[in-house]
Amino acid sequence: MTVAIHPNERAADGSVPAGPDVARPGSPGSVPAPVVRMPRHLLSAADLDRPTAEHVLGTALRIEQAMAGREVRKLPTLRGRTVVNLFFEDSTRTRISFEVAAKRLSADVINFSAKGSSVSKGESLKDTAWTLQAMGADAVVCRHSSSGAPQQLSAWVDGHVINAGDGTHEHPTQALLDAYTLRRHLGGLDGRRIVVVGDILHSRVARSNVLLLSTLGAQVTLVAPPTLLPVGVGSWPAQVSYDLDRSLVGADAVMMLRVQRERMSGGFFPTEREYSRSYGLDVRRRDLLAPHGIVLHPGPMNRGMEITPQVADGERSVIVEQVANGVTVRMAVLYLLLSGEADEISGRGV
Amino acid sequence: MARARPARTDIHDADTVDDGTPLIGTPSIDGAPPGRGRRQEDSPVDGRPVEASGPVPEILTEILSRSDIARTIDRIAHQILERNGDRHVVLLGIPTRGVHLARRLANRLAAFADRPIAVGSLDITLYRDDLRRQPPRALEETSLPAGGIDDAVVVLVDDVLYSGRTVRAALDALRDHGRPAVVQLAVLVDRGHRQLPIRADYVGKNIPTAFGDDVAVRLAEIDGTDSVELARAVPTSRDRRSSERDGRGSES
Repeated sequence: MTVAIHPNERAADGSVPAGPDVARPGSPGSVPAPVVRMPRHLLSAADLDRPTAEHVLGTALRIEQAMAGREVRKLPTLRGRTVVNLFFEDSTRTRISFEVAAKRLSADVINFSAKGSSVSKGESLKDTAWTLQAMGADAVVCRHSSSGAPQQLSAWVDGHVINAGDGTHEHPTQALLDAYTLRRHLGGLDGRRIVVVGDILHSRVARSNVLLLSTLGAQVTLVAPPTLLPVGVGSWPAQVSYDLDRSLVGADAVMMLRVQRERMSGGFFPTEREYSRSYGLDVRRRDLLAPHGIVLHPGPMNRGMEITPQVADGERSVIVEQVANGVTVRMAVLYLLLSGEADEISGRGV
Repeated sequence: MARARPARTDIHDADTVDDGTPLIGTPSIDGAPPGRGRRQEDSPVDGRPVEASGPVPEILTEILSRSDIARTIDRIAHQILERNGDRHVVLLGIPTRGVHLARRLANRLAAFADRPIAVGSLDITLYRDDLRRQPPRALEETSLPAGGIDDAVVVLVDDVLYSGRTVRAALDALRDHGRPAVVQLAVLVDRGHRQLPIRADYVGKNIPTAFGDDVAVRLAEIDGTDSVELARAVPTSRDRRSSERDGRGSES
């Protein structure tokens, strides 16, 4: 399906919502509207080209405006739709975030976690998918420890599949909420320098962010010990560095990644203390950022390891705001994927 | 399908509220692209062209000129004051053109009443009843005045009142935002063909239309000029097209 943004509309410029009296500039005869191509499933940040990614972020900004200061924190938009949260891996904020987002759009939410389901009796992903199919799920939000599981799932169910983190592959809605948060603080992302630090090897957040942020025009620098960089990182649309201090000087934002001990079997670095000293974010390093620079972390944090509590709770930290923005961005994704099935109803969709 | 399609001479001034401004301008056969200057509902939000490409013969009739629109807004502002006196009035425009009309109305109201008038915008896209039938629509800005709408006289402002479904959606949206004392509706043009029991409190101009007609409201803030035009397809050989257009149901 395709959507053309109204040419007079500035889709999410990342600015704070305009006050009631601020007129939007109308420019008759402006450039043709960019064509938005929302994919059927959201499996990878690479599925979103620039106009589409900006459309998602713009939609999120509008939803945030519509939800501001309301008495009833609910929209009737997805009434009668069913969203299944299919979580094969532990998660707090992502699962709750999707659940809140779906409920605020009035969808029915079914939470399905591997613990306590037939998966623990040995049911395969395919059989689980058929069960969901029979129950008529309109969207399946899938988290799985194997990279590519949501992709497999999308071939087996009719509903829209949203990747909520698959193995060490991707986590596209996390990248969208990070981009949304960055745009709220920095305005546009064109030419902005974003430093991503830590366990790049195991991080699906890093992969999705590199793809999305570079699509949006930002310059991404990856900083990690050589053992925590994946093979082929040279082909990513990002620069690679081993020197955190030098990379941080004048950067617009730094994104700290969790050291994923549960995915580590060997010795990736000698001691936690040494990792922390070389790649942890403390107040001194934070102050190397540009004056407007902000600190992000996708959570959950290992306080004292990759980030000190003073920085995590400090004034430049937007970590709590990221969680709130996650709900807004996921509402936008659910709205754009689930409202309108014109292509299925009449075959008119382009 | 047989359709009542009145000839040009049937477009008469049926406005009972207006000051009897006669029709201005003469009808012309125009080859201009019909998508120009339409309401957002009619614009190609889904990426498909509004009409098949190529010039489509249409009879364009100017209904309101720039000065007519200014006078109409002045009159509605007076009517709002007359009806609501000193009560706390909040004007909420429905995007896109309703927002600019609401701002203009608020300016006039503030001048006539000599007090500031709260104005905002209310996007109703997420409350539409045809979301499942259409590709996702782009959302527009919602901004309510800081004081909120509780116990206020809320006047919804839109450019064209047609099916009434937009207004139904706006009433639903209002209910989630607060509890106004009174909700009223002001429109620049009422073109008839209601599908819901909804009526405007303040009407700039009543325009009798056929289903296949298009009312094009242009405002300087968006379109660079102020005008209201009635676009009527040339009847011969265009019947099929207009019935298609009915099916799509541009609405207000």
